[in-house]
Amino acid sequence: MNDPIIQFHHFSFQYHAQSEPTLHDIDLEIRKGEKVLICGPSGCGKSTLAHCINGLIPFSYKGECGGSLTIAGRESRELGIFEISRTVGTVLQDTDGQFVGLTVAEDIAFAPENDCLGEPELHERVQKAAALVGVEGRLHHAPGELSGGQKQRVSLAGILVDDVEVLLFDEPLANLDPATGKQAIELIDEIQKKTGAAVVIIEHRLEDVLHRHVDRVVLMNAGRILADVAPDELLSGGLLKENGIREPLYITALKYAGVTVSADMHPDSIEGIILREEDREKLRDWFERTPPAPPMPERPVQLDIHELRFAYDNGHEALRDLSLSIRAGELSAVVGTNGAGKSTLCKLICGFEKQQSGTIELAGCDWASLSIKERADHVGYVMQNPNQMISQTMIFDEVALGLRTRGVGEEEIRRRVEETLKICGLWPFRNWPVSALSFGQKKRVTIAAILALEPEIIILDEPTAGQDYRHYTEIMEFLLALNRRGITVLMVTHDMHLMLEYARRAIVLSDSRLIADAPCAGILTDGEIIRRASLKETSLYTLAQRCGIDDGRAFVQRFIDYERREVRG
Amino acid sequence: MRPVFNYIDRSSPIHCLAGATKLVCLLLWSFAAMLTYDTRLLILLSVLSVALFRLSRIRLGDVSFMIGFTAVIMALNNLLVFLFAPQHGVTLYGTSHVIANLGGRWVITKEQLFYHLNLILKYLATIPIVLLFVCTTQPSEFAASLNRIGVKYSIAYSVALALRYIPDIQQEYHEISQAQQARGIEMSKKESLGKRLKAASAILIPLILSSMDRIETISNAMELRGFGKHKRRSWYMARPFRTADFLSMAVCALLLAAALLLNHLNGSRFWNPFV
Repeated sequence: MNDPIIQFHHFSFQYHAQSEPTLHDIDLEIRKGEKVLICGPSGCGKSTLAHCINGLIPFSYKGECGGSLTIAGRESRELGIFEISRTVGTVLQDTDGQFVGLTVAEDIAFAPENDCLGEPELHERVQKAAALVGVEGRLHHAPGELSGGQKQRVSLAGILVDDVEVLLFDEPLANLDPATGKQAIELIDEIQKKTGAAVVIIEHRLEDVLHRHVDRVVLMNAGRILADVAPDELLSGGLLKENGIREPLYITALKYAGVTVSADMHPDSIEGIILREEDREKLRDWFERTPPAPPMPERPVQLDIHELRFAYDNGHEALRDLSLSIRAGELSAVVGTNGAGKSTLCKLICGFEKQQSGTIELAGCDWASLSIKERADHVGYVMQNPNQMISQTMIFDEVALGLRTRGVGEEEIRRRVEETLKICGLWPFRNWPVSALSFGQKKRVTIAAILALEPEIIILDEPTAGQDYRHYTEIMEFLLALNRRGITVLMVTHDMHLMLEYARRAIVLSDSRLIADAPCAGILTDGEIIRRASLKETSLYTLAQRCGIDDGRAFVQRFIDYERREVRG
Repeated sequence: MRPVFNYIDRSSPIHCLAGATKLVCLLLWSFAAMLTYDTRLLILLSVLSVALFRLSRIRLGDVSFMIGFTAVIMALNNLLVFLFAPQHGVTLYGTSHVIANLGGRWVITKEQLFYHLNLILKYLATIPIVLLFVCTTQPSEFAASLNRIGVKYSIAYSVALALRYIPDIQQEYHEISQAQQARGIEMSKKESLGKRLKAASAILIPLILSSMDRIETISNAMELRGFGKHKRRSWYMARPFRTADFLSMAVCALLLAAALLLNHLNGSRFWNPFV
């Protein structure tokens, strides 16, 4: 292949504010036209590595570099961040925050504007870049009028407007719904073929990135590179699991069935994996052998929603004739595209907005006359980003806040906060300031602050957004434990794994209507619902088909039941 | 929630002018109206500003709130001037033609009424022009024009950025306050001041923290795309000057020159019809 365009040699980096280096002894080459995935758990150093590639390190985030990093043949620290950005274009994770223009065209034009490019070339280049990613019909739209996927396309156009040699994507799937994420991976592939640029993707969702061919996967942990190999090779070993990366579900299923996955089977895609007849036989056997879970006992209806309708002031109908009942002690997922009405539903339940017609009843009592505060005694709402909720400096005070505003006695507060902290595993930190906690721990604090009010139902918006597999598992196991104590849990999510692994039931909204309400295995194997709600078919279903199992839905359900019983106990 | 800049997209000769032209004209015009109390010129400016407003095809209904608001301010301004300085006109013009006596210092004189007429004319001369600027200039064009008249582009761009992110931050404020209300934090007027301050902090602290995250993302995104690389930058939304632009600026410059000339000829900012 070609010359290396990015070359790390014995490279190390330590932030000034930290006592330990974040990157140790990195050796890595990225050549022209290559596509490389860098994965690893949170805190493994992959974002720091990305910052080194685009020049934010050492020019914006200061620290000590060791060894050498060359970009297009020149030592990076002798270049400036602006010179590096001529070679490396970066698409950041936050699709909204990085949109700096007031309209699509201005956002795409941002880099050439800074290069003082004049008319009419500026307009010409913007037009060309917009056409490359398919947003040429929206040049005068404001960011508020675009979906997450469209915003990401605009960001990509904003770097394609210059002829960069490396396209760097920092967690491109983090803010997208499953179908849009799939399209993003396809778009990246297409753009690479058109431009011939090298592509570096930083992402921990391995299976989703592997939807299109990747030349190499670099696995990182604790600031070191553990593997730098073809995807086939990495998937056939055990390194992924050991380092907290989720392997593709079809591979997990094959392993459960006793199939040894080796590199020569080309396991990097469910369509391409070579399965011998004996492997298929093993899978069919496993399916026959695994008993289905006993049906859940029928529980009484707790929250009864009847023909709910809501339209915003501007006339946009956000919910139409939605009827739904939530049973006590359920753990369900609300899914669908952005704007389908998921958050409107939550807002109506919590009383943040008032429906135009329809009723919400809790255990038979109509809620129409209850205020936000009164409803909060029964339903707790946890926002996506814990920083949006935390206002106190000390953990104890944050958890006690809701009780104090309700005028509960100080002694009772102490008792309830302490109990909540114990349940949430925050007892050891009770005297800590909130700022000393990690993101996941802060999330727990916000959940604890809601639990202290002893609600029967708790609604969470994207409980695991931005979390790697280990933290995801921690948060979800915690929610599962709460659920076992009898609290009804309702989660708004884009995460198909979360749905499949934890939710008993999926409530699917599309275009302001309820289009399905069924067990997750059924939803994720139904092509029509998947298409309408912008979901993604699970690879388990394709695996079942490829192995000649007719009832794909039952196979997916069997897999879920098996994991719940055998793996997580 | 209405944005600060309420751009209304219609096609009119005013909309066709470059943003920088409109900004320069606005500045020249307001200086002219501010500097002079010459009633003749103020009448001319008022008539022109109303005529231009008509020309822009902005309807009164589009800006009814702003007009109502300024009408209230204008009435208050006049009332306060009369309450606290009922003899101001007399001092200015040097004569006293009494019309009615309201008791005490409050004597209505022709001079005072004439002074109030001038005050009202000043509003009439400037407000339609300001509204015109606000309604016919796209926010980003405004940023580009600030840069064009010599404001540093980092400052000009921060204006555009503020306009870009204000709706997002409003939205976030709304969401945070709802979630905090559910925890029992109320901002209602029934609560004591101390409690309301506490409640405000429960909303503002999370808002500030999450805005800090946002700022870090924005500044990284901007730096990675070369913001600050050169002393100058170009603007996608900038429009080249045409004949109409030069003409408009020339007319506004003449109006300012007229104001200065009249001040000189009158010997003060006031035109005195009483002597």
